Amino acid sequence: MRDVAIVGVGMIKFGRYPEKTVPELAAQAALLALKDAGMDMKSVELMASGNLYQSNAMVGQRILQIIGQTGIPIINVSNACATGSTAFREAYFAVASGAYDVAMAIGSEQMGKMGLLGGGGMGGDPAYSTEGVLGSGLMPAVFGMAGVEHMRKYGTTQEQFAKVSVKNDKHSMHNPYSQYQTEVGLEDVLNARVVSWPNTLYMCCPTGDGAAAAIVCSMEKARQFTTKPIKVAASILTSDPWTQRDLTMPDINTLTRNAAKLAYEKAGLGPQDLDLVELHDCFATAEILHYENLGICGEGEAGRMVDEGATSIGGKIPVNASGGLLSKGHPLGATGVANVCEVVWHLRGEAGGRQVEGAKVGLAHVIGLGSACTIQVLEKV
Amino acid sequence: MAEAPTAQKTQKPIVPFLRLPENPSEQPYLAGTRCKTCGAVYLGARMACSKCFATEGLDEIKLSDKGELHVFSIVHQSAPGVPTPYVAAIVDLPEGVSVRCNIAGVEPDPKNLKFGMPVQMVTEAIRTDREGNDVIAFSFRPA
Repeated sequence: MRDVAIVGVGMIKFGRYPEKTVPELAAQAALLALKDAGMDMKSVELMASGNLYQSNAMVGQRILQIIGQTGIPIINVSNACATGSTAFREAYFAVASGAYDVAMAIGSEQMGKMGLLGGGGMGGDPAYSTEGVLGSGLMPAVFGMAGVEHMRKYGTTQEQFAKVSVKNDKHSMHNPYSQYQTEVGLEDVLNARVVSWPNTLYMCCPTGDGAAAAIVCSMEKARQFTTKPIKVAASILTSDPWTQRDLTMPDINTLTRNAAKLAYEKAGLGPQDLDLVELHDCFATAEILHYENLGICGEGEAGRMVDEGATSIGGKIPVNASGGLLSKGHPLGATGVANVCEVVWHLRGEAGGRQVEGAKVGLAHVIGLGSACTIQVLEKV
Repeated sequence: MAEAPTAQKTQKPIVPFLRLPENPSEQPYLAGTRCKTCGAVYLGARMACSKCFATEGLDEIKLSDKGELHVFSIVHQSAPGVPTPYVAAIVDLPEGVSVRCNIAGVEPDPKNLKFGMPVQMVTEAIRTDREGNDVIAFSFRPA
């Protein structure tokens, strides 16, 4: 395997674009990434397109029908919330393997106002629907219960979870790509209506539309396209291993811990070397769990970490400087590529008012329930 | 007017691993599988053990109707048509397997729920399916 660099990134502001098609959203991000890399489509040798809700509709091909039909191989990827990050990993491996020199990953999604990820509706006789009868398989309850498990183990409080939302909302104020850029106070978060306890409305990520793109290139050719190549030090994908409750209560911790271990080994560094982390805060509860899963604090210390502001910009290890999924938004297929864009901007020193000063190493983490976990470790060269 | 012959209406479980014995003296129960090789326990039937990969020695066992509350969430917003609020929970059974369920018989408020509290399975008819059968579901309530 050879070294791979990111030479171009681009994303559109996450939000709601009912007048656009998915390929139109994705094409905008792709053109921004091409422009950033100073290249055009004829330099791109392979494309991986991540999209979840149109995964049967050849989104990748429809994007190139808009921006350049070069006849290259296109891989359409679907992997729950890890869809975009899995597409990024496909592009990475295409180049790392030596088979291609330049590859593009695009993540896109158009969710509109579907709410609760379009919950229910498995087909068949609705009399046999288990939702609300045998507990809940919908994400707010799944991540609510995951947070409650942390409360049970460590005495973590709803207020500590709520502080994650306050922090990420505050970070989003400086991110022009963020769906929401609104500062929200702790009392507002705690007094908002409960979606699935302990998560209130402001502790749940919004639905929305968006797209992001990243272009990877062999390290040896990277400087043809950029003066600031960013090395992909690790690109890891895991699935859920057997753990005692996983089939009943999706275990979002073990596969993240496995991915983190592999990522640090591959990159030859540890959590103490990270300057910033973009992690999968689909719900405020999730962020707390992942501090420990990624090893940026010890077991049971995550609640205190957010109390002390250690994960705020200016703190020991800023987490979700972009505003995270909670504020920036979570158009499923776009999320994993958008996280890569954000880390790249920080490592280049181009993150504007939310810049983590002097950032040299960053980590982007995504979880897709069902389950898939990706971690990309990116390094300034 | 002659009455049209109707199909025998019956009770059907909401999920296959809820067993409804025909003999009315027997209580409904949850069926599981225990892997003879490694001891892992699953809800329902298995083709193989996902812990140790064994494909043989996967015996059906009758699971206990008593367990302990592991974790919960109070669901206030759900899919269309699902009544809220309610308590969604994970209950651990003594055999070493967990069940996703509702906790019935308590007001849906965190203060009414204690980690590790003993709970007991109950069943009830909750809906009628397209063929007119009663759909039987289970829930757990404080024991």
